[in-house]
Amino acid sequence: MSDQNVPARPIKVLIAKPGLDGHDRGAKVLARGLRDEGFEVIYTGLRQTPEMIVSAALQEDVDVVGLSILSGAHMTLLPRVTAMLHDQGMDDVLVTAGGIIPDDDIPALEAAGVARVFGPGTTIREVAHFIRENIHSRAA
Amino acid sequence: MSAELVEHARAGDRRALARLLTEIENRTAAGEAALRVLYPLAGQAHLVGVTGAPGSGKSTLVAALVGQARASSRAVAVLAIDPSSPITGGAILGDRVRMQVHAGDRDVFIRSMASRGHAGGLAASTVAAAAALDACGFPLIFIETVGTGQSEVEIAAIADTTVVVQSPEMGDEVQAIKAGLLEVADIVVVNKSDRPGADRAAAQLRAMLTVGAQHDRAAGDRPRPKRPLVMLTSALTGEGVAELLATLDRREAARRSAPGEDPDGAALKRAEAQLAGILAQRMAERLRTPERAAQRDAALRALAGHETDPFAAADRLLALLSEPAGG
Repeated sequence: MSDQNVPARPIKVLIAKPGLDGHDRGAKVLARGLRDEGFEVIYTGLRQTPEMIVSAALQEDVDVVGLSILSGAHMTLLPRVTAMLHDQGMDDVLVTAGGIIPDDDIPALEAAGVARVFGPGTTIREVAHFIRENIHSRAA
Repeated sequence: MSAELVEHARAGDRRALARLLTEIENRTAAGEAALRVLYPLAGQAHLVGVTGAPGSGKSTLVAALVGQARASSRAVAVLAIDPSSPITGGAILGDRVRMQVHAGDRDVFIRSMASRGHAGGLAASTVAAAAALDACGFPLIFIETVGTGQSEVEIAAIADTTVVVQSPEMGDEVQAIKAGLLEVADIVVVNKSDRPGADRAAAQLRAMLTVGAQHDRAAGDRPRPKRPLVMLTSALTGEGVAELLATLDRREAARRSAPGEDPDGAALKRAEAQLAGILAQRMAERLRTPERAAQRDAALRALAGHETDPFAAADRLLALLSEPAGG
């Protein structure tokens, strides 16, 4: 029973849907899958502005922000999120993206600070593995 | 590191506050050092516990109460607890979905907490997190428990005021007289009052929860049940939300105007909950030295194999702790 008292530090992930598309099945499936991988997953719902996403990431002190976007507005919204995280001094937060994002757009998004863009067909295991390998370890 | 975090968090740096809460939640040495500074500074805020069954509308009601409090420019903090998986330790923290309307407001600080194996509807570090928010200047703090069943009453020990949220279709009069959650309520809110049956549910609750009030005087020193107020709200339409916040404020003002009085023993109960948690944690830590861990594991195996009884095993480990820590 005393194992309950061993400091456990699950990885905290914010799953957010920026923009106006109204389809969040994928985001919910991912949230559920990461839960099963032992992550603490904060889900904020549909139609989030970059401001709302960054505010939630800041208050929750997350390790990872996962952005799901299907609307085609990724070239506008995703760099806004990474820029605002940077402005808040939150460069140690890992940012990933998923959804419908053309391959041609990926280099620009990576240059803007998105660590990885996951396309359709990515398994949850791959996402979890990438996060575990790439989160920035923090000094306690 | 921790002194700096505390200083910045108290000066209004929200990122520092968020980092501080992480240290507290992870029970690190920095978190403990911070709490030693923060605990004496706490005690200024009104801690309002909001509990009730899953889907009764707790998050939506808290979001509405936050909006109402912001109308009078008060800073508000929310701790929202959701359950951790007993299998993987993972969690879905979904209370923010209902609260994102406040996301851009820097005087609203919302923090989700996973229960991390703690039973009772809270996380082990919820009291500490609330103390930190209190010491950082939030005068009103809502603590939303996990969706509860009938007996997760720990919230009542740590909150100044406990609100139990019910939805109109929560059952008949027998449900209202069962022991447990309803007994610890200061205020029972029948939420979703826009739905049919809400008035009837409130009337039934009022009748059942106030029955026997006349016996109180004859009860002498026996512990007396609380006599909760029953109120109707619709977090969806906003009906009743202003009245609920006004009632919470009146209760808090009454409590503040009688300093030193602790009619329900609430302050002592909270102290007891804090102390019990830390004692258990300290004990577990002290059992983690290699030699003691080996003895603990031996005791666990003996117990699992029915070679000893749990009382004897516990006594042996306690005796071990009173010996000087050798190795």
